[in-house]
Amino acid sequence: MIVQELIFYAFSLVMVFAAVAVITVRNPVYAVLFLVLAFFSAAAIWMLLEAEFLAIILVVVYVGAVMVLFLFVVMMLDINLVPLKEGFIRYLPVAAIVAVAMAIELLMVLWSRGRFGVDMFPVPPPHSADYSNTRELGELLYSNYLLPFEVAGVVLLVAIIAAVALTLRTRPGIKVQNPSVQVRTRRDASVRLVKMKSEKPRGA
Amino acid sequence: MLTLAHFLTLGAILFSLSIAGIFINRKNIIILLMCIELMLLAVNMNFVAFSRFLGNLDGQIFVFFILTVAAAEAGIGLAILVVLFRNRQTINVAELDDLKG
Repeated sequence: MIVQELIFYAFSLVMVFAAVAVITVRNPVYAVLFLVLAFFSAAAIWMLLEAEFLAIILVVVYVGAVMVLFLFVVMMLDINLVPLKEGFIRYLPVAAIVAVAMAIELLMVLWSRGRFGVDMFPVPPPHSADYSNTRELGELLYSNYLLPFEVAGVVLLVAIIAAVALTLRTRPGIKVQNPSVQVRTRRDASVRLVKMKSEKPRGA
Repeated sequence: MLTLAHFLTLGAILFSLSIAGIFINRKNIIILLMCIELMLLAVNMNFVAFSRFLGNLDGQIFVFFILTVAAAEAGIGLAILVVLFRNRQTINVAELDDLKG
């Protein structure tokens, strides 16, 4: 039990540190890397909550795909960082006040009268060794949540098409093939038949 | 002993930090997008914690869908960002005021 608490506090500290770093570092590339660290710590904490499938998905899909996409875009854009950081000091007090007030409100709700403590939500016993989180999720996903699952697929398809359509560009002044014109071409476009008399050889 | 309140506290702290991030990085769209990702992570943390302590897997299914939508949102958001940078050579929010009446 004490080991679990140690793991929880260690990864929570790393996660909070990474979150602070994401919002304060100057260079967006470092911010993305700290965001990756935060996601890794979150995955570890989800492991502690016995959500193994989601923890793996968070690392594989989120860190492996979405964060790498972020990194690509951040490194591709040649950003002038100086004007982006102005106002950092000016808005810092407001941000601190809002964030601290919000955190205090949330914590007051959370810790008042043990509303979310052991009495109301007793700690569930750990699952047995042959429990498969993936199998349980899959059975639920393909029975009760089949329609939302399909809709999620459509959402991803729309996202793909939208991203391609947004970033596709045709530059003027570049010579490219147009296959449809090539296929549709007729003989008349390239060959001209000329009628003329045959010439006699000079020596005959 | 780790109770539900511990995990919810972690989510609350993370959420507040990302709110602060949106305030202090209001010039930089990339960091704003990252703060939204952090917020979604905080929400997901609450969902997973409740799912564990209520013994109900529906919360994890919901996290699954949130991750899907967040991936789509990040993809389209970054595409818009690339087009924006291509057209304006800047991602400073303060300079994007074409629609101001």
